[in-house]
Amino acid sequence: MEQVEKKGKKNQTPRTPMPEQDPNVRKRNFQEVPTGYTVEMAQAEAARCLQCKKPGCVAGCPVEVDIPGFITLITKGDLTGAIRHIWKKNALPAVCGRVCPQEIQCEGRCIVGKGGEAVAIGNLERFVADWEREHGTGEVPPKPASTGKKVAVVGSGPSGLTVAGDLIQKGHSVTVLEAFHKAGGVLVYGIPEFRLPKAIVANEVNFLERLGVDVEVNAVVGRTVSLDELFEQGYEAIYLGVGAGLPSFMNLPGENLIGILSANEYLTRANLMKAYLYPKTDTPIPKGKHVVVLGAGNVAMDAARTAMRLGAESVKIVYRRSRDEMPARKAEIHHAEEEGIEFFLLTNPTQFIGNDKGRLTSMECLKMELGEPDASGRRRPIPIEGSEFVMETDLVIVAVGSGANPLLTQSTPDMQLNKWGYIVADPETGKTTKKGVWAGGDIVTGAATVILAMGAGRKAADSIHEYLTWGW
Amino acid sequence: MFKIVKREEMAEGTVILNEIEAPLIAKKAKPGQFVILKANEDGERIPLTMADTDPENGTITIIYMVVGKSTALFKTLQVGDGFQDVIGPLGTPTHLEKLGKVVCVGGGTGVAVLHPITRGLKAVGNQVTCIIGARTKNLLIMEPQMKAASHDLKVCTDDGSYGHHGFVTDVLKEILEKGDVQLVVGIGPVPMMRAVANLTRPYNVKTLVSLNPIMIDGTGMCGGCRVTVGGKTKFACVDGPEFDGHEVDFNELMMRLQAYSEDEKKCYDEFCTLQNAT
Repeated sequence: MEQVEKKGKKNQTPRTPMPEQDPNVRKRNFQEVPTGYTVEMAQAEAARCLQCKKPGCVAGCPVEVDIPGFITLITKGDLTGAIRHIWKKNALPAVCGRVCPQEIQCEGRCIVGKGGEAVAIGNLERFVADWEREHGTGEVPPKPASTGKKVAVVGSGPSGLTVAGDLIQKGHSVTVLEAFHKAGGVLVYGIPEFRLPKAIVANEVNFLERLGVDVEVNAVVGRTVSLDELFEQGYEAIYLGVGAGLPSFMNLPGENLIGILSANEYLTRANLMKAYLYPKTDTPIPKGKHVVVLGAGNVAMDAARTAMRLGAESVKIVYRRSRDEMPARKAEIHHAEEEGIEFFLLTNPTQFIGNDKGRLTSMECLKMELGEPDASGRRRPIPIEGSEFVMETDLVIVAVGSGANPLLTQSTPDMQLNKWGYIVADPETGKTTKKGVWAGGDIVTGAATVILAMGAGRKAADSIHEYLTWGW
Repeated sequence: MFKIVKREEMAEGTVILNEIEAPLIAKKAKPGQFVILKANEDGERIPLTMADTDPENGTITIIYMVVGKSTALFKTLQVGDGFQDVIGPLGTPTHLEKLGKVVCVGGGTGVAVLHPITRGLKAVGNQVTCIIGARTKNLLIMEPQMKAASHDLKVCTDDGSYGHHGFVTDVLKEILEKGDVQLVVGIGPVPMMRAVANLTRPYNVKTLVSLNPIMIDGTGMCGGCRVTVGGKTKFACVDGPEFDGHEVDFNELMMRLQAYSEDEKKCYDEFCTLQNAT
């Protein structure tokens, strides 16, 4: 004890747990799982921050939020100040507080975490954003003087919204073009209500609109309007944050049977189209009794937990590698397990079997074992001969990743793509090979996280601002 | 909102025409392309191929059959009302080139989809014969428009109440027998398109069909609209909606169209009961 006192910096107070809905209740509803900190909880948690001189957390944040700065304001009880401090670097704190992989970013670098549990930075960010939404003044940062320059942002997902937020605050006029009928990109079509309530996304988009961003939905760039036409309309810079947007399938026999959907389709029905309220809403969604989700990333967890909430008797994650290689956030895997999702690891499907109506009835699988590491550095799964077995299932959701959607890039032949169809962009600036066009997020990197897309948006926004001020 | 400026009921009220204000789409749309429409906040996204466009007045025309809740809801919209969302133009346009003798075959509301394609094929210099059909005379649509869009129009009814007594394929067979047909475009219910493709196959005449599978985004993102063409999986929304009819797996398409049939029927019946009550 004395030793600890002497070192003085070692913080013994345990991390304030996030209150959550009981797993047995929440697995059948679509309300948000964590219910959020109270002011007292937030202040207790904020007090655990050591206010490091060289904060690792800030270096670990792709958009460099001044974390010790906003935490200090929480401890002082200045919640209005705290949210405005975050806004300087991040226009989407209510989203990031919920969906960032903090354990490998800010919280992963937290000194308190070295000897115990890291400060719950994500929970605190979420808390101040929610507090502002529920109790705040609603006052937005002051409008800067207009530069008279027009920027088009294609795609209203996390990277597009970040670019829009950054550039509007530098005085440029910004129009966001969204192909769907609602803004938010993956935040509205992909991430489920129980993890990121859509009212919160709408609120973040509304915040940008109050800053002066113009959001146009139903605008399919590449079809409704081309990039060159946008330039003709007077836009001086264009940012492409269109996402990956092409679902990968397994290319196995029987994959077009009724009851096999891409995670994109399944989640879009559930989230964007609100099919979980069907028939109160008009879009149906298949309700499987024995659901299988192929893949083990965050999208797979989202699909599995959605299926459970839609009343499935069993939901299985089927993944060809082992637990250690599962790409999902730890918290998502934990939540899924708590809700009764079963994990069939080292298992790979080989074909889908249906009835005479073309409906899926089962799936044949092979058992796998791990061999030497492959190109990804992960141990390569190898099929075990003769290990075939059949799994009963009436709904399979394929969540094995996305490719580059060619809709926009095909209509823009003068912009360079890599061999997989992703846009070639400078990693430091986001500049593409087409003058006046930047790109970032999944359409450059392939499917990644919300915050990495936001980080790419931040760099591109800086570069666009420089271009509008000084030239290409 | 995308305002309805003109509305007509056809085929005894089972088929509705809407001319809709959508200037950006009207300017861009080419024959063979489709739009996605959503009536209101909680509405379903319904893909429909455009029957006509008027770039000068900034309008597009859609013609649809009332088959379920969403189209029944569309039917309630009057002139001055509108769709909350119209997205497009989507899909790959029809490849229009001068080939010589071309036959366009339409059944049911497929005739509406066929209209701009027929006109386009005629405009590039083809000799276009058009065959349209319906179960009975009162269900036939767009006869005058199809007459104007083609060089020669032939009409069939299954019950013989008007024009040729029989199927469109009967008339098509006669024309194929005379030879020299370079292209057949067949658009209508899936069984009709399959029959057209089966008929033209032995004559070795290239045959295009336009598919309308279940889809959500219409931009290649969901993969719900996958169809097997020549043994490969294609997305109808971006790779189509037109495909080589000789390569399409129509059986799979028929089955996939039934994916939500039970849900849809229940939803439609409830909607109709509610409407009748008010």
